[in-house]
Amino acid sequence: MSADVVLAASEGGCHLFSGCGFPAPGAEIFIFDPMFSIGPFEVTKPALMAAVTALIVIAFFWAAFSKAKLVPGRIQALGEMGYLFVRDQIARPMVGKEGDKYVPYFMTLFFFIWMLNFMAFVPLIQLPVTSRVAFPALFALVSWVIYMTLTFKRNGLVGGFRNLAVPSGLPGWVYILLTPIELLSNIIIRPFTLTIRLFANMFAGHMLIAVFSIGAWYLVSPSIIGMASATASFTMAIVMTAFELIIQFLQAYIFTMLVASYIGQALEEAH
Amino acid sequence: MSAILAAADAVTGSLGAVGYGLAAIGPGIGVGLIFGNGVQAMARQPEMTNVIRTNMFIGFALTEALALLGFVVPFVFP
Repeated sequence: MSADVVLAASEGGCHLFSGCGFPAPGAEIFIFDPMFSIGPFEVTKPALMAAVTALIVIAFFWAAFSKAKLVPGRIQALGEMGYLFVRDQIARPMVGKEGDKYVPYFMTLFFFIWMLNFMAFVPLIQLPVTSRVAFPALFALVSWVIYMTLTFKRNGLVGGFRNLAVPSGLPGWVYILLTPIELLSNIIIRPFTLTIRLFANMFAGHMLIAVFSIGAWYLVSPSIIGMASATASFTMAIVMTAFELIIQFLQAYIFTMLVASYIGQALEEAH
Repeated sequence: MSAILAAADAVTGSLGAVGYGLAAIGPGIGVGLIFGNGVQAMARQPEMTNVIRTNMFIGFALTEALALLGFVVPFVFP
């Protein structure tokens, strides 16, 4: 069952007291039928939105920085605000002195993820693209490749494994326990949790809004209790949408900040 | 054990929801501790607010991952 089918079913005459149960939304609201296909690739709504979002982000920064002036115009000032935020709040505290070199990657990551999340708020689209697990998984994979490469490039093969598995400054017997845990955590669990954190937050947020919106329509019925509950449910849908605005920003920030801290740890010299 | 299995058979509805409720206890306490202590730290040393906030969000993100894993598991293993 795809998202369109659920929408059609919930738009029907299914209301409270009309003898039908609540059409609760499930994971199927994230599955879309292909809209059109380019060659062998079938393009669905999330894929199309990802492409559009990428174009928007590119266009914005192109407009801001292609002809950068000493006295910034309006768009350039906005772009510089974003740049300074990423540099001063994420790159420098997390990576340290070398942080400025990695700001372009953090900028890409932060603004692309934020805009993908923000699609949940845009009317008529209203789908956080990152609620499809492929998108966060790809971001996590690219970040994993970057910080693993940096670890071994900076510390060599043995030093790289020491960086990953042996945190310094602990009594000897702890390492028997800690080394396997650190190795597992740094190599396998990190990219996995990066993916799940972003994906599940957006997934849960979208699901909550869907439950309250469909609930509001379901509760519309010729009774005072039904109408009062429908109003409350609709209000909750709006409140959750506003709450999601914060979460969207926060998740993009946390994702970028964790990647930055992993890169910072990879660049740390062995003691 | 058999008593637990018999009790599980008697439950109607989604056990996944119950499981998620249990999985959310630990991270709930953890997130509360992090933000509580973070706010306290900011109140005691307002000049360190930026550093504290950054570290608070890292701790929050790591703790929250557990609750989110609990949220995803019922969809992965229905």
